[in-house]
Amino acid sequence: MSDTHAETVSYVRETMLPQQEPPASTVGPVGWAKTNLFSGWFNTVLSVLSGIFILWLAYRLLPWIISPTWQATSLNECREIIGALNKPHGGACWGVISERWKQLMFGFYPPEHYWRPVLSLILLLVALGPLLFRHLVPAKVIYFSMLYPFIAAWLLWGGTIWNPIVAILGFVIIALSLKFLTSVLNPALALIIGVLLAVIWWVALAGPVAGGLSAVLPIGIEAIASRQFGGFMLSITIGVTAILCSLPIGILLALGRQSDLLLVKAMCVGFIEFIRGVPLITLLFVASVLLNIFLPPGTNFDIILRVIIMVTLFASAYMAEVVRGGLAALPKGQYEGADSLGLDYWQSQRLIIMPQALKISIPGIVSTFIGVFKDTTLVSIISMFDPIGLSNAIRADTAWNGVYWELFIFIGLVFFIFCFSMSRYSMYLERRLQTGHR
Amino acid sequence: MTTLTDPPSESFRLSMLIYDTRYRAITFQIIALICFLLFFGWLISNTAQNLADLGKEPSFGFLMEPAGYDINQRLIDYNNQDSHLRAAFVGLLNTLLVAVLGCITATVIGVIVGVLRLSSNWLVARLMAVYVEMFRNVPVLMWIVLCMAILIESLPNPRAFRGENPEASMLLFDSVAITNRGVYIPEPLFSRSLGDIPVGNLFNISLDLIAILIVLAIGFYVSHRIKLKADATQEATGVRPKTWYMRLGVILVPLAALLVILGFHLGYPELSGFNFAGGTHLRNSLIALWLALSLYTAAFIAENVRAGILAISKGQTEAASALGLRPSITMRLVILPQALRVIIPPLISQYLNLTKNSSLAIAVGYMDITGTLMGITLNQTGRELETVLLGMLIYLAISLAISGAMNFYNSRVKLVER
Repeated sequence: MSDTHAETVSYVRETMLPQQEPPASTVGPVGWAKTNLFSGWFNTVLSVLSGIFILWLAYRLLPWIISPTWQATSLNECREIIGALNKPHGGACWGVISERWKQLMFGFYPPEHYWRPVLSLILLLVALGPLLFRHLVPAKVIYFSMLYPFIAAWLLWGGTIWNPIVAILGFVIIALSLKFLTSVLNPALALIIGVLLAVIWWVALAGPVAGGLSAVLPIGIEAIASRQFGGFMLSITIGVTAILCSLPIGILLALGRQSDLLLVKAMCVGFIEFIRGVPLITLLFVASVLLNIFLPPGTNFDIILRVIIMVTLFASAYMAEVVRGGLAALPKGQYEGADSLGLDYWQSQRLIIMPQALKISIPGIVSTFIGVFKDTTLVSIISMFDPIGLSNAIRADTAWNGVYWELFIFIGLVFFIFCFSMSRYSMYLERRLQTGHR
Repeated sequence: MTTLTDPPSESFRLSMLIYDTRYRAITFQIIALICFLLFFGWLISNTAQNLADLGKEPSFGFLMEPAGYDINQRLIDYNNQDSHLRAAFVGLLNTLLVAVLGCITATVIGVIVGVLRLSSNWLVARLMAVYVEMFRNVPVLMWIVLCMAILIESLPNPRAFRGENPEASMLLFDSVAITNRGVYIPEPLFSRSLGDIPVGNLFNISLDLIAILIVLAIGFYVSHRIKLKADATQEATGVRPKTWYMRLGVILVPLAALLVILGFHLGYPELSGFNFAGGTHLRNSLIALWLALSLYTAAFIAENVRAGILAISKGQTEAASALGLRPSITMRLVILPQALRVIIPPLISQYLNLTKNSSLAIAVGYMDITGTLMGITLNQTGRELETVLLGMLIYLAISLAISGAMNFYNSRVKLVER
């Protein structure tokens, strides 16, 4: 047999041929373009159209953006500079940014005190460190994070240093009563007694004590009124406070909504649905005109605080729904497993349920955060000077009457940077906490 | 006979209210209820005290007083001698108008963008990603103000339409004029109109509109019957009769006949003096709000659509390809119907968000319910409590209605699980 084979086949290849290069049209830039841009007539049309759109945009925008008007001090001066350049489509007037960016950042905060918001922002990053990047930052920093709210409030509003110290003492009272009373009493009762003692301290004693101490030892920095706050500083103050407070309240509301206690559940559902059913702007109206009517006669507290309370309530309701989604997504076995280990309700929530439920709901939580931060711009409607309110104020100045795009681009860019980095962080966190095997 | 496992029967002790889980739940709830009632009582007594100090009696009588302000963009008749209640109603209709328009356009843009973002075309996918990120990460209030600025700053003045060689010209055969005072579009007119019927004392409904809607409804019903019949024929014989011209005809022919009978014609906007007259005038505030809300919400809807499409397993696409379906038909017949079930719930909340965000109309001076009831009426009457509470209730009612309707739809399209 092999003989016939040898006779009929004149040549047998003994080695494999070397692999050939793929056809030139499927590799390199050409191949990439062919598969990604020009596969089929429809994609080709789309690519060409979007290419033309991008080129047209660049042709119109780039000359406008590259405009040497950073030194101009008024719109007229800008127009003279641009007129001298003889540009077909005009140019941007960046002078308004270089002259007013500090105002857009700090509002009417006195310039000699700009270091205070800047310092509190830097300290904020330090304080958030242990929460955001747990494996990079030493764990002890968490004690600083606990003190941070008082430090920041003191830095921003100023006044005597005794106010924050006296406020901290209230929390010390709670901690002490928890520590010493739990051995004698039920922990829940100890907590209630501690909170009651702290409230008595804050309401009745804290004011006179702080007043007395500051009379004896007047240490403090210049007090700055809330109406001088503005710009991104105001947005960040409101946004960060509301974000940080809304998460715990939202978790409690979500637990209340899931709970077996009928009355508690009804209250939580009512609250969540009411808040989610009305626009934030109506809640801000409540903050600006109604809250004083709801509170005892003569109470008149700070407008920023009122807005923060309302924004926090608003954010909590949304947060509660996000967390509820996370709770609902957990398999029932996790709850039963926690029960079978003999953990009580709070232990199982703290150790088993919440870590998993919160991990599932990270994207939702972060998008709620982003939403809250963006919604802080609504305070401009109740005439507070957030960046958008300030942009109107800047336009009211005769020197800059008619400047729109430059201000909007600047404000939009800053918001974009904040929000986009938050969403990127949430993706990072999701990846880091990824424990599944998918 | 008692066994060892029987619990020892014990009498009720007071400490069991806290330590026994059977009673603890009730104790806690009663405590919570008492706290809740105390809190509300405290709020109400404060409010009563404060209002008494201010010399105000809470009442809604002010709603019947003449409003005394004008509303330029309105759907029903209104003048400044009408009551605050009617002004609020005009505002409510304006809110609903911008919400409905916005929801429609946002859905259309959002679906297109969401599908294109998954396109295999690199350039288009990137472009859509840029659009989505740009709109999602910048506050909606800024987009609204920006749209308003674009409309006012970059569109031609009505004056520019004048003269022999006008700088600007009207679009679509001189029927649409886009100016910096708003957009003028042709209005439908009927020379042999059937007249109006008043609904209560509130507003008039045009009988022409009702007639058209009835004819359209009948047309769609007959068309649906023809489709059912064609389906039955296809089931029986395997051949689908051509019915599209019949289905189109039963809708269009009666409608055209009705329009001719009613003497339908368009009233075109025309330059007169320094402005346009005739036609329907959509003011800048409406257009800016509509545009900004649609574009902003569309970015979120696009993300929901994308997530919904990605949630459909790849096997579905592959199976459709194996059947020989083209990508466009795969998307329309296989992917989208399944993805819709994932998309609908977040879509509902986007509609709700859009409706609530329409309250930002106050920033561009569009007179919606926030601008009328909680804006000018509040300032003129000084009735903060009543106006704000009423406004909140109205928004709450709208929100609950939308979510109710959408949940009903959602339960209709829900996958019937095995």
